Amino acid sequence: MVSENIITICDGTGCIQKGSDKLQAAFEKEIAAKGLGDTAKINLSGCLGMCDKGPVVVVNPGYTIYGNVAEDDVTEIVESHVINGNPIAKLAIQEDHLFNRFFRVFGDAKFFGKQMRIALRNCGIIDPENIDDYLSVRGYEALAKVLTNMSPQDVIDQVKKSGIRGRGGAGFPTGLKWQFTADQNSDEKYVICNADEGDPGAFMDRSAIEGDPHTILEGMALAGYAIGAKHGIIYIRAEYPLAIERLEKAIEAARASNLLGKNILGSDFYFDIEIRLGAGAFVCGEETALIRSIEGKRGMPRPRPPYPSVSGLFEKPTLINNVETWANIPVIILDSGDWFSTVGTEKSKGTKVFALAGKVVNTGLIEVPMGTTLRQIIYDIGGGVPDNKQIKAVQTGGPSGGCLPVEYLDTPVDYESLAEAGSIMGSGGMIVLDETSCMVDIAKFFLEFTQNESCGKCTPCREGTKRMYEILTRITEGKGQLGDIKKLERLGNMIKKASLCGLGQSAPNPVLSTIANFRQEYEEHINDKKCRAGVCVELLIYQVTDKCVGCGACKRVCPVNAISGAKKEQHSIDTDVCVKCGACMDTCKFDAIIRV
Amino acid sequence: MIGTEDKKIEQLTSFIKSVADKPHPDSYLIAVLHKAQELYGYLPREIMDVISEQMNIPTANIWGAATFYHYFNLNPPGRYTISICLGTACYVKGANDVLNAIKNHLEIDLGQTTEDGLFSLQPARCLGACGLAPVIMIEDKIHGDLTPKSVVELLEQYRKREK
Ligand SMILES: Cc1cc2nc3c(=O)[nH]c(=O)nc-3n(C[C@H](O)[C@H](O)[C@H](O)COP(=O)(O)O)c2cc1C
Ligand code: FES
Repeated sequence: MVSENIITICDGTGCIQKGSDKLQAAFEKEIAAKGLGDTAKINLSGCLGMCDKGPVVVVNPGYTIYGNVAEDDVTEIVESHVINGNPIAKLAIQEDHLFNRFFRVFGDAKFFGKQMRIALRNCGIIDPENIDDYLSVRGYEALAKVLTNMSPQDVIDQVKKSGIRGRGGAGFPTGLKWQFTADQNSDEKYVICNADEGDPGAFMDRSAIEGDPHTILEGMALAGYAIGAKHGIIYIRAEYPLAIERLEKAIEAARASNLLGKNILGSDFYFDIEIRLGAGAFVCGEETALIRSIEGKRGMPRPRPPYPSVSGLFEKPTLINNVETWANIPVIILDSGDWFSTVGTEKSKGTKVFALAGKVVNTGLIEVPMGTTLRQIIYDIGGGVPDNKQIKAVQTGGPSGGCLPVEYLDTPVDYESLAEAGSIMGSGGMIVLDETSCMVDIAKFFLEFTQNESCGKCTPCREGTKRMYEILTRITEGKGQLGDIKKLERLGNMIKKASLCGLGQSAPNPVLSTIANFRQEYEEHINDKKCRAGVCVELLIYQVTDKCVGCGACKRVCPVNAISGAKKEQHSIDTDVCVKCGACMDTCKFDAIIRV
Repeated sequence: MIGTEDKKIEQLTSFIKSVADKPHPDSYLIAVLHKAQELYGYLPREIMDVISEQMNIPTANIWGAATFYHYFNLNPPGRYTISICLGTACYVKGANDVLNAIKNHLEIDLGQTTEDGLFSLQPARCLGACGLAPVIMIEDKIHGDLTPKSVVELLEQYRKREK
């Protein structure tokens, strides 16, 4: 039964931390107190992607989205909106913000402004812990359809026709991969969902699972049928407890409803899914390393070929796809590959989910058709850069990707265009950088990450990234030498060519792309010992200006006694002694201390 | 110390038994290590020997796996584990300054525990709360929009709570 009023409380990680659980209790209490038990229902939803405005509550009818809801607001929302039907404008998030339109097409994803939700179609709409909710949005209908009407080859043909390519980063055509695995003759095959989500600044896969776990299960079952596999495994990071819990519940519920296990829906198709936890190693996102990890070993990659589709888990043919790829599959089967291929560009079909973050007003998850430009994403959806700052670059692809400068803002997001511009699509991290970000420092940040995560098996990656990191460190410390840029380029290209797996082959990308696009910043660091963004501490000089009234406050906080000056006279800082801690600047009430 | 915790050994043993009959039982090593860490908070050497015996896998291999994955602790953690997000979004919003403030205040480095055993400090990569960057997590609770100053105040609150 559908209640007259539905109050949906976002139950994503961001909102929980901001107190959505307390709100739930408050709403329950208020509804009970007003005797609305029969007409108002409280729903919990997955991440709505408006984390910065959390906790978020959506009240239907009226489709009003309330942001930053406090417990004190609950009574007013119930009295005014639920009882009297008057949405409260002052609490509502206004029209042109991230994601507010898709509520109007409950269950039937269409265009929501610049966004289009296919993979995330149910996130925020259904209760992820209730299988009936998933069924009510045509969940498991695709599975029923293939079991009654389609041959395994028909299923593969639809996936091929859709033109979908892997969302985990490399963009390999999914249909082809399915075909290769299906063509293998073997008594045992495996289907794996890669939920290791390694990019250190992204959380697409986690939110997709937290918001709609059943769609992943359904996608995997469809593949099991298509390629002739009985066993599915979801490899997920141990750091994602909520996602794991929801998957466990979903698997239980699907088994209880005969949607997993023996004789699914009365057919003779058997398919079951098991969860395996990762343990915090970035390289385990790489498919051959992931397979080793599932086997209980150190997660080291191995050379390909043979590809997992020929020899994968326990040396059996194995189909690995990313979470987001899986989430698209039921739609492709239900709405046909032909329909899916109408979305996107010529070579990149469908949509892509991005975790938009960094120096941008609206941070959160977004899903856009392939071909949407970076500018549209950052300005129309993301609301631009906060604090009137200038945008400097966009980073996509995380530690395997690159930084694109402002000139590239009109690049459409699709696999080819981003690669041509010098970055990659990656798995969906998108970080906006403004003038206060130092490009050398960002490159160093990513390289430190990959250096740390290098598994050590091959020398170019293990040693090469270390040397590059040392060079970058000395540049940011003002000890850069002439020729360092050349060295970085040479080393970087060598590591790309000679490394065993994708980790090493892409690790130099953040450095090479920042050198290509922001060479001047590198030169300033090396030649002029200057960091224009004011990030590289060792290159900063603190000075006292004539605003100084000689109060002596800075002198007292300086930990190394670098400041001198008589009372009521302008002080000065001895730059040789100064350790650049910034304590003086923080303390000064007269803004008399500057950093140059 | 380990010997007195028979209950935990029992739980671990029954978990190992539950996977022994599945196909490819060795492949559950990582799952068993997760279970052991859940029970003990870290992976004591003695426990690795117990696992080795029960799963019939050389301790050297177990040690190899345990040291490969960052998630596993080889030393007992403090009362509170602080996970500081060093993901990209947090980094560009100043996570490094927050990290330095924590290090200075607690006088420990990443991967270490304070002398009084109250806090340990661990790096994390994107806690999925980029909208609140920079963030830290203490006992499953995320604290966001931190500054070097506010994080010190926060730690002091935790310390007071213990007294
Ligand atoms: C270092 C490295 C890390 C990776 N991390 C991930 C990851 O976190 N998630 C993912 O789905 N794919 C990751 N991949 C890509 C996988 O190897 C594989 O291509 C992908 O899971 C295939 O699925 P797809 O075709 O659906 O994209 C990574 C690759 C490399 C080289
Ligand atoms: S980068 Fe810190 S929460 Fe995402």
